[in-house]
Amino acid sequence: MLSYILRRIVSTLPVMAIVALFVFSLLYIAPGDPAVVIAGDQASPEDVERIRQSLGLDRPFLIQFGSWVWRILHGDLGTSIFTNLPVSAMIGQRLGPTLSLMSVTLLLTIVIAVPLGVVAAWKAGSFIDRAIMAFAVFGFSLPVFVVGYVLAYVFALELEWLPVQGYTPITEGFWPWLQNLILPAVALGCVYIALIARITRATMLEVLQQDYIRTARAKGLGQGGILFIHALKNAAVPIVTVIGIGIALLIGGAVVTESVFAIPGLGRLTIDAILRRDYPVIQGIVLLFSFVYVLVNLMIDVVYTLVDPRIRY
Amino acid sequence: MTDQLLDIEDLHVSFSTRRGTVEAVRGVTLTVAKGEMLGLVGESGSGKSVTGFATTRLLDAAGRVTGGKIMFRGQDVTKLRGDDLRQLQGAAMSMIFQNPRAALNPIRAIGLQIADAILTHKKISKDAARAEALELLRAVQIRDPETRMNAYPHELSGGMCQRVMIAIAISCNPSLLIADEPTTGLDVTTQKVVMDLLADIAAARGMATILITHDLGLAARYCRRIAVMERGRIVEEADPKTLFSAPQHAYTKRLVAASPTATSRIEDLVTEEEREGYAAVLGKPRHEPAYGTPPLLEVRQLAKRFDEGSAAVADFSMTMAGGESVGLVGESGSGKSTTSRMICRLIDPSEGDIVFDGQSIGHIASRDFHKSPLRKDIQMVFQDPNESLNPRFTAYDCIAHPLLRLDGMRAGDALRKRVEECAERVGLPLDLLSRFPHQLSGGQKARVGIARAIACRPRLLVLDEPTAALDVSVQAVVLQLLDRLRRENDIALLFVSHDLNVVRMLCDRTIVLRNGGIVEQGESRALFDNPKTDYTRKLVEAIPHIDTGKLLAAAV
Repeated sequence: MLSYILRRIVSTLPVMAIVALFVFSLLYIAPGDPAVVIAGDQASPEDVERIRQSLGLDRPFLIQFGSWVWRILHGDLGTSIFTNLPVSAMIGQRLGPTLSLMSVTLLLTIVIAVPLGVVAAWKAGSFIDRAIMAFAVFGFSLPVFVVGYVLAYVFALELEWLPVQGYTPITEGFWPWLQNLILPAVALGCVYIALIARITRATMLEVLQQDYIRTARAKGLGQGGILFIHALKNAAVPIVTVIGIGIALLIGGAVVTESVFAIPGLGRLTIDAILRRDYPVIQGIVLLFSFVYVLVNLMIDVVYTLVDPRIRY
Repeated sequence: MTDQLLDIEDLHVSFSTRRGTVEAVRGVTLTVAKGEMLGLVGESGSGKSVTGFATTRLLDAAGRVTGGKIMFRGQDVTKLRGDDLRQLQGAAMSMIFQNPRAALNPIRAIGLQIADAILTHKKISKDAARAEALELLRAVQIRDPETRMNAYPHELSGGMCQRVMIAIAISCNPSLLIADEPTTGLDVTTQKVVMDLLADIAAARGMATILITHDLGLAARYCRRIAVMERGRIVEEADPKTLFSAPQHAYTKRLVAASPTATSRIEDLVTEEEREGYAAVLGKPRHEPAYGTPPLLEVRQLAKRFDEGSAAVADFSMTMAGGESVGLVGESGSGKSTTSRMICRLIDPSEGDIVFDGQSIGHIASRDFHKSPLRKDIQMVFQDPNESLNPRFTAYDCIAHPLLRLDGMRAGDALRKRVEECAERVGLPLDLLSRFPHQLSGGQKARVGIARAIACRPRLLVLDEPTAALDVSVQAVVLQLLDRLRRENDIALLFVSHDLNVVRMLCDRTIVLRNGGIVEQGESRALFDNPKTDYTRKLVEAIPHIDTGKLLAAAV
């Protein structure tokens, strides 16, 4: 098992290398002279030359790439052109809110979606099943910002149960932290709850048809034991896959949600960096997200082997 | 009566389907005494399994008991709800199923699966349940039970999985066990071991057993009383001896006739009226090849090794003349399917050569063989007609496909004529040609599969268990069809089967395989009547025969 995980970690290295190359090339994929692009419309030729010098854009591409990679391996993501702060420090500041939002969303999604899907499959064809699936279609169809504004209007402005926007670090207390995250997490999670509930239902329906479920019934097992011990674990592989893909999608959704709820996270940083053409920051963020995605995939593969003894690598 | 355990009275079960309600069981009345083993025999769709599922209350959501009573130890099972029902299931009555590997949870260790059943019904600790599970594995004679406790179903053979199922079923000492086709799909030798074990356990624990099976021979060997079901009703009930020597009902007569025995011939398998037209070809003498004609097929020292491990087939040699039929028999894992696929050029041999009609074809890569002009001379009929027909192809498309691909025909009247000709030769009504596989019965699908295989007028037909998935009455007709095709068109048949009775009837010669090597070969009847090796003898003895003489002796 340990050797398998180690082998998997090693196998992610080429992936990360390709990602790094792509991220670095971002600057060159954009049309025009990078220095001119970064300098902006009002820059004088001297400004452009100064930027070219400071970013080392006058050196050959491969040399630039090599020294960039070398710096990254030493934990140096470069310096923001706009704020002159180290990129790693800027990301570090914004990481907390985004990670909080993503983990609360993920937890909420799993806790709501999986039981909904299980119940829908168990009661397939019934009123409950149809209600859950109707809700899922609804959740699918609504854009994050619409759900976000509606939730904020109803629960924050009208009912005044929860704060409208903002973020409180967890160091200032668990409840204040959570209070600020509930509405954004629900807004962001809507689509994933719908998606995962549907996948859970579909997989469970298939598993419940299997002969071993009939065997479990023949043993006299209760409904709960059949559904959760025998069926859900067998349905886990596709569900875990979709949850993993969901994490990747959450990163994108977080950008919009953070704007709607004014959460000072990586999403906002990304938008600001793009608007300011702050390439070092953009590169740092993309690199980080790619790394998280590769890591999540690795975790999914490990979970597979824990769930299903037939999967061996 | 005090020794009555189960009393089913006028049971009706219906299934609601898209096309309306279907009545699967229509008035079954049946009793089972304590400790008795009753055989419930019938073909697919007869309602025998549904009767079993209704008794254990394991019917699908679509199935419903619409009438009658199932009295078990004084209470009506059909009226039980919730906890009362669960106390019964797995405790007082339990069930084992066909296809044991699918019936076990693939991702749960078998020790836990046995313990599940114990913990559901007994208030004992997990450790105690585990100890009991281990004891049960010993009872079902699984070797090395301590290690096997942590094994998963995919690590065990089919026979072992069925023993685990038996262990689960007997874990709470039920008074009634329903075994639904418990050995279908297992090798004959494994079948015998599993059935003997089941019979011993049932006798030792005083369990009543209902053996649901399509195999009359199996029921005859293990049951004192057999009930025959047809289309949702019990048509006849008797002891095996009476049933086979003097069947009363027309259906029983047909079923008994269709069941191959040690002495039956192909022409015996169907009743008088179905036999007409067959006698004519029977009389036709076999076309004897002139002296010195090279054999149609010559296989030289064929071997197949998969990526790692030992050879699946080693040093296999045989020859076949045109129009000859050769049987290839052996247990699963003996390499008979691998061999047939190599000969059919679907997989590549590792060593050796295959010479067909004087041309070496062993070295043509299997993925290129479709380009060879010999592709249409060697065709295959596959095991399961349900799985081997494309569900999106109509019967017509299916038969026309090889003609288009291999015979270079174009769509049009000529093609339609050829397809219809093929359908007629296999006895497939022409109005069925426009149907899709799911709209055809098992026997009709088997005919489509054979029509497809003979469409290009092959000279060698390789058949991999072509009747294993069919009911005996359908099997009888298909076997006759194959024999007729051979006699009429001089098609050589290489027949792969685990059913020795069938091979004996259909094949001139038989080759017995074990662990990838030939154990014995010779003229079929001689080989089976006087096996020279212990392995062949074991195979022959394991076949449950409908042998009234032996039963008589046992009864006296």
